[in-house]
Amino acid sequence: MNGNPSLHLWLIPLLPFAGFLVNGLLGRYLPQRVVTAIALFFTAAPLVKVAQIALSFGSLNLPYVERFDVPWMATSAFRADFAFLLDPLTLIMLLVVTGVGFLIHLYSAGYMAHEEGYWRYFAYLNLFMFFMLTLVLAENFLLMFVGWEGVGLASYLLIGFYLVRDSAADAGKKAFVLNRIGDFGFLIAMFLMIAHFGSLSYHQVFGAIVHHPEMQGGFLTAIALLLVLGATGKSAQIPLYVWLPDAMEGPTPVSALIHAATMVTAGIYMVVRSHALFDRSPFALGVIAIIGAATALFAATVGMVQTDIKRVLAYSTISQLGYMFLACGAAAYSAAIFHLVTHAFFKGLLFLAAGSVIHALGGEQDMRVMGGLRKTIPITFWTMSAGVFAISGLPPFSGFFSKDAILYQAFLSPTAGPILWFVGLVTALLTAFYMFRLWYLTFFGESRAPHGTHPHESPWVMLVPLILLAVLAVSGGWVGIPQALGGGDQFAHFLEPVVNVAAAPQAAAAGSENQERLFSGISVVMALIGVFLADLLYRRKPGMADTLVERARGVYQLLLNKYWIDQLYNAVLVAPLLFLSRYLLWGAIDRGVITGGTSIAAGGVRGLGALVQRVQSGNIRSYAGWLAVGAAAVILITYFGFSMHL
Amino acid sequence: MYLVLFIFFAGLCVAGALNLLFQRHPINSALSLIVVMSSLAVLYLLLGAEFLAAAQVIVYAGAIMVLFTFVIMLLNAGKEELTHGSRAAYIVGVPGVAILVSVLSFIFLSARTHLAQARLGDYVVSTSDLSKVLFRDLLLPFEVTSILILIAILGAVALASKEH
Amino acid sequence: MVVPIAWYLVLSAILFSIGVGAFLIKRNIITVFMSIELMLNAVNLTFVAFAYQWHRVQGQIFVFFVMVVAAAEAAVGLALIIAIFRARSTLNVDQVNLMKL
Repeated sequence: MNGNPSLHLWLIPLLPFAGFLVNGLLGRYLPQRVVTAIALFFTAAPLVKVAQIALSFGSLNLPYVERFDVPWMATSAFRADFAFLLDPLTLIMLLVVTGVGFLIHLYSAGYMAHEEGYWRYFAYLNLFMFFMLTLVLAENFLLMFVGWEGVGLASYLLIGFYLVRDSAADAGKKAFVLNRIGDFGFLIAMFLMIAHFGSLSYHQVFGAIVHHPEMQGGFLTAIALLLVLGATGKSAQIPLYVWLPDAMEGPTPVSALIHAATMVTAGIYMVVRSHALFDRSPFALGVIAIIGAATALFAATVGMVQTDIKRVLAYSTISQLGYMFLACGAAAYSAAIFHLVTHAFFKGLLFLAAGSVIHALGGEQDMRVMGGLRKTIPITFWTMSAGVFAISGLPPFSGFFSKDAILYQAFLSPTAGPILWFVGLVTALLTAFYMFRLWYLTFFGESRAPHGTHPHESPWVMLVPLILLAVLAVSGGWVGIPQALGGGDQFAHFLEPVVNVAAAPQAAAAGSENQERLFSGISVVMALIGVFLADLLYRRKPGMADTLVERARGVYQLLLNKYWIDQLYNAVLVAPLLFLSRYLLWGAIDRGVITGGTSIAAGGVRGLGALVQRVQSGNIRSYAGWLAVGAAAVILITYFGFSMHL
Repeated sequence: MYLVLFIFFAGLCVAGALNLLFQRHPINSALSLIVVMSSLAVLYLLLGAEFLAAAQVIVYAGAIMVLFTFVIMLLNAGKEELTHGSRAAYIVGVPGVAILVSVLSFIFLSARTHLAQARLGDYVVSTSDLSKVLFRDLLLPFEVTSILILIAILGAVALASKEH
Repeated sequence: MVVPIAWYLVLSAILFSIGVGAFLIKRNIITVFMSIELMLNAVNLTFVAFAYQWHRVQGQIFVFFVMVVAAAEAAVGLALIIAIFRARSTLNVDQVNLMKL
């Protein structure tokens, strides 16, 4: 294709799948070292392949499509292929997934070393890698959907990894069900695409849109909104975000990989990939922006008061995903991907470091009994600090550049730009606040841990990924320094061929470089305010936090209970559904109609059998009687049959 | 003349059969059956079957019915008890019989014109004719039936003998 | 005077039906057996009538064989009846009904 040598892209997803098969089928019988080696090998191999592709990227004719000769589905009306696509966007996603994925696999070897079901964990993790890579490499929506659903499955399996915990199993189910609701939207969108474009291949769908400039709104909006529904499910936005905090029941590396760096970003990836579609529907873009901004602010407010270290990070993830959504809504696609990449670095880092803290304290996750860990687990402290600084948007860390890009583009966006920018700004303040709150509570002050706990540093297997991710969290943003601040913005240039194919009908108002510098300054100031507040409440005057809580007790309760959203969903949606299922579907229809129906049929047969049984009486005369009437019948039929036919 | 003979002996047949039906003591039924068989022998004669008529009297009336009579006397069979073991026999059997006789009669009578008329002497089968076919064309079945009789004798002896 | 063959056939049908009727109604095993003989005789009459009809001797030969078989059957059957009488001390058909469900 395109005169390129075959890159064998299919190896990239299938190597982890092979790892899944080996560990899944044989892992039970293999020693732990072998399981680890297998899992790491089948994750490192695709990373090597991706690195190889990245190095030779300049010499390739793009986009590169690898298609298999045997079609997947081929009917007269519709055709789908197993086909992989490689372009700049894919390459970035591949690097993130394989890179961060490999580091997390490595970390898990240490973190999960004493867990029951070690082999199962790695099997599921490899399975996840397979599906995520399929999703990213797919050349059409159908194959992407396979990956989409598959990562949902892997997420369910991994959230519920601790089989014996009811809460884990419930969390897994919740995640899966909410994902399914999103998947429903995705499916209907795909059906509409087939109806209007006759194909699900990116090339054909986007090509059709680009070549027909008159296609605007209408059904495109419908498709776009349904895709957004799918994205809100996968990327934990309002209204389908409630599964993500509960998903913290899974092991911490799972939270890092799936619920921070990769799976939840699938929604963002899908929106960016389909930007040609979204650009034609300003309404959908507006919806995305509003959802993103609202979710970012909402989650940040809840994250402020959480006491479980992982919950804070979960709400933080939801909030940061909101930023990415906001960027997509402002048609700033490369900014969204930029933040996706930096977020993968620092959020992955934060989760892994939190895992290190939890590991050090022997399983404790409540920040109220932490403190003073700065001295006892220094490496974890320094790496986590890098993550905290990055997410708070302080220069020159990576988060600053990506967040700024988003905020600035949001301001310029045609739909309520300044309002969105302001919401984003407030959220940045809150982000800095709650992250530094976490930082201070965990690492500073006197240790509030119960007597006898001896926090110890994690093994090198866990520390090396932390260090590497910390380096990336610090420096990862330097490829996207905007020109206003003296950089070359290589990131946006790299993605240009992908995201600028169909120009948005309303071009975003062009800003000036001075304006950009001003906005960057404002966001830094906001972040510093947040840092200052956290420092005040949690380091210098600890009692003040409690007084504030007392004074604003109603608000505090509202935030602590996550705005009672879970309870609302439960009462309005879940309970009626359960009632309906239990009494109507199970009780009336399943037991009554189906079981009852078959019982009646069976009873009928039994009754009929009993009736016929009475013929076998053993009495010769009754047999003779039946014989006589049988003979008469035969004669009748033969004679009259003959005479009628002849 | 021929007709008169036919009607008389046919009537005798039916009467004997009905008597078999209505008598309560088996010995009476056996004697009625002998009457039926003898009448049938005459009817065979009317149809030109000389040998068969003789065989009928000798074998059926003279041997088989005698055997029946011996057994009745041996077992000291008395009057029949009027048990009602089966309702099916009456409820489905009797209508079945009625249908049987009516359908068969209907068939035969409606085919009356296709069938021949019997006249005495029109077709007489002599014993030599019979034996020619029997011992030439159908020798094997003949021998087989003799073995059959042998087996029947053995069977009867085996079944009826007292166990020691 | 002639007699149509059809009348012979009707006669045999009547005899046969009476035989079936006797089979159904009578309760003494020996009488039931005799009704079977009656049925066989009715069939014999049919064969002879048709032998006359088509001027074939095979009809009469068949009667011959029927007679032989009937004789053998009667012998064995009566031996069976004796055996049953020895076992159950009854000649009532309704009381020989152990082969049932």
